[in-house]
Amino acid sequence: MSENNEPRRTAVPDPDRIPAAQSPESLATDAEIETPDVEDTAFVTSLDTAGGAMQPSAVPVSAQSGTLPGAEEPDSVLRKIFTGNGVVTILAVLLALILGGLLIASTDKVVAATSSYFFARPGDFLSAVWSAATGSYVALFQGSVFNPRGSGVGGQFAPLMETLTIATPLITAGLGVALAFRAGLFNIGAQGQIIMAGILASWVGFALHLPVGLHLLLVLLAGVIGGAVWGGLVGVLKARTGAHEVILTIMFNYIALYFVRYLLDSEAFQRPGETTPISPILDPTAVYPQIFGSQYRLHIGFLLAIAATVFVSWLLNRSTIGFEFRAVGANPKAALTAGINVPRATILVMAIAGALAGLAGVAQVAGTEKVLTDGVAATYGFDAITVALLGRSTPWGTFAAGVLFGAFRAGAVQMQIQTGTPIDIVLVVQSLIVLFIAAPPLVRAIFGLNPRKKKAAPAGKSPKAATTGGAA
Amino acid sequence: MSTTATSPVPGKPLKPQQRPPHPDRNRKPAVSAKPVTWKLPVTLLVLAVVAFIVFGLLGPHGTAKFGISSGGDFFQLPAIEVPAYLAGIVLSVIMLGLAGYAMVLKTKNVRPPRWLPVVFTVLFVVSFLIWVVGGARTPSISLAGLIAGSVTLAVPIVFGSLSGVLCERAGVVNIAIEGQLLGGAFTAAIVASLTDNPYLGLLAAAVAGALVSMVLAVFSIKYVVNQIIVGVVLNVLISGLTGFLFSTVMQANKEMFNSPGRLPIIEIPVLSSIPVLGPILFKQSVVGYLMYVAVIVVWIGLFKTKWGLRVRAVGEHPQAADTLGIKVNATRFWNVTLGGAVAGIGGSFFTLVAIDSFTKEISGGRGFIALAAMILGRWNPIGAFFAALLFGFADNLQSIVTIIGTPVPSQFMAMLPYLVTVFAVAGLVGRSRPPAADGIPYVKG
Repeated sequence: MSENNEPRRTAVPDPDRIPAAQSPESLATDAEIETPDVEDTAFVTSLDTAGGAMQPSAVPVSAQSGTLPGAEEPDSVLRKIFTGNGVVTILAVLLALILGGLLIASTDKVVAATSSYFFARPGDFLSAVWSAATGSYVALFQGSVFNPRGSGVGGQFAPLMETLTIATPLITAGLGVALAFRAGLFNIGAQGQIIMAGILASWVGFALHLPVGLHLLLVLLAGVIGGAVWGGLVGVLKARTGAHEVILTIMFNYIALYFVRYLLDSEAFQRPGETTPISPILDPTAVYPQIFGSQYRLHIGFLLAIAATVFVSWLLNRSTIGFEFRAVGANPKAALTAGINVPRATILVMAIAGALAGLAGVAQVAGTEKVLTDGVAATYGFDAITVALLGRSTPWGTFAAGVLFGAFRAGAVQMQIQTGTPIDIVLVVQSLIVLFIAAPPLVRAIFGLNPRKKKAAPAGKSPKAATTGGAA
Repeated sequence: MSTTATSPVPGKPLKPQQRPPHPDRNRKPAVSAKPVTWKLPVTLLVLAVVAFIVFGLLGPHGTAKFGISSGGDFFQLPAIEVPAYLAGIVLSVIMLGLAGYAMVLKTKNVRPPRWLPVVFTVLFVVSFLIWVVGGARTPSISLAGLIAGSVTLAVPIVFGSLSGVLCERAGVVNIAIEGQLLGGAFTAAIVASLTDNPYLGLLAAAVAGALVSMVLAVFSIKYVVNQIIVGVVLNVLISGLTGFLFSTVMQANKEMFNSPGRLPIIEIPVLSSIPVLGPILFKQSVVGYLMYVAVIVVWIGLFKTKWGLRVRAVGEHPQAADTLGIKVNATRFWNVTLGGAVAGIGGSFFTLVAIDSFTKEISGGRGFIALAAMILGRWNPIGAFFAALLFGFADNLQSIVTIIGTPVPSQFMAMLPYLVTVFAVAGLVGRSRPPAADGIPYVKG
């Protein structure tokens, strides 16, 4: 019944009283209305998260930066310096790895055997836990970064090349998701955008026979357009009808998946003489050249991913249009008031996000796979979401997160071969990382970084805010 | 506290009359300003014209045969034989008429009655069915089998969409339905195998679903993390976790960990022999019967009880609810947990009813279809139930179509539910409005 102490305070921003007391101002912009009741965190929060004019799906700005909405008081600045986002990110990764290690250990046979005589010789048990977890992680590292048993320097760094190859679609698709986040849109549709890009790019790649250079350029263009159209369509539907883009993108993923399955079953796409759904191999003129020769799979798609990162970085931080995107993401209502064409920004940002995911699709069909199958997108589209979240929706953060998850993916294959640990552990670790990063207070609490006085801060704040609110 | 929360009109969604000049209250000013739009009439007209041309003029000239009774029924009904061409013309002309009626209403600025899109959909589905069957190599299907199969396939979708309704009516977006189904399926399999008792597996599935949901609740309510982010990530987490444990634990000892017995099909003597309806209503597993119970209980609970009124108040206007003394975040927490338990039961369908073992990703995206069913059903348990049936129908039709051999590629049949959902959320098939505070965390001021 603790709320019963509150009514007097909650009654201050009484809906009926605000218009009465502030009737001239209430006709003005929302920002002005909001000023008199600053103490009402619910108002601030809903502004922060709902954003206003568009659907409630808008990703809160505060969620992108990983801090609590409503907790953006000045005193949190000090706390940020102590336990900043960087620290939380590292701790979150560490925590996820520890939990993943425990999971690996819990299903390990040696651990199970030693646990039966745990009380007699606990050391055996603990060392078994340690070796099970570290064994897997060492294999993961060897499969993703550096393999000391490789032949020569080239062989030793082969895993790193594989990591970067797998990171390529993750980075570009992740950039697409991140860009949409910044505009307040939750783009779950990278999967479908990759597939549509893959369809168009592969068709240009195997059906047309064009000279070197031009062919690859057209493949690239076709893929980017395919992704852009599929993403832009979501933007159009969202802008015109107000439909929720999360639902739209999920549905578009499935539509794209069944569409590619249909095509691979049709004469135009199925490889002649094949019964399995697989397309012809792309022409040699249509595939990405390899960067370090044919011994590695790493292709120039990775360089394009770097270029895309630079481009998104410029777009968001330096261009007018990027400013509009961020303004819409921060507060669509205010952006509209400021004269920004919100529907246009929505369509545009989804189209660019789709184009970026399309780049990932091209990297798949013209770089890594060289054919189109219905598994062209693998799980890159969904991983891209976690990549963007881990990268806190910044271009270079996404790049780094893409490389990290690429390493997980590449290493997991090696880990499964060497230690028998299933690849699925990577999904667990990835999702735990994102969960922990999204909730910094939890991570701080686990590592005991929450200062005691923080508990007192909100309590001390409210009366103060109430008085200032009353004064205003 | 209890008296203030009861509305004089139970069963009606709470509509706060005087809303504060609050930014997110005016989310869709354009739509609410003009009540009758051209969307519905135009969509109906386009669909009717498509039906007229494809199902009617270009339709097959064969006869579609629909068997109604199955062998065990206690009275036999003759099979219905429909001349496909004539039926296509007649039905599509009726559809054209309905579209015209909607247009007339629009010109008079009258909102079309609620039965109109429903009747239109039914007609469209029927003429589509006749068209598909009439053009097939073997133009004969068992209607009873088709409907019974649809209901069976719809079971997990119904439970999932009920979970969505429970969560979103309280203002928490639940993208994690897929994870809840998968968690339920996995736990049901493992517990039923260990205890040799499928009923314990069913119970465990509910607990597992609730636990998955609690993670969603804790992160989205206590830590105010964006609910969509938590939902998406939870799906990945559960997929990874069950996949990992499946590969390590279940594969290693299939006998011990992955051989749950099936839940028996309980047949209610005389009633189950009623043609068509019998198998649907009276020849189900426990999970199937629970589905009907759950739909009715959730509907009554949400729209006819004090509890439901509070839940909806929390989902529509948490501040007002809080002022009346309803514990907003506690209500949300327990609703999300309850939703998870419901979805968990639905997940047990995969491993205890459909087949008797767990495999990776056994839920196969049905959680997302459930989400779509919830939206198509307009956040109403009954509506979600029928939407789920529609999706189950499309799913079942897809496999039947492959067997009887029609010109329609099965992939397009599979695509249908998703296309319908896109049309639905885009407001073309009636407007679906989520609870006002859906997805917005509540931080007490």
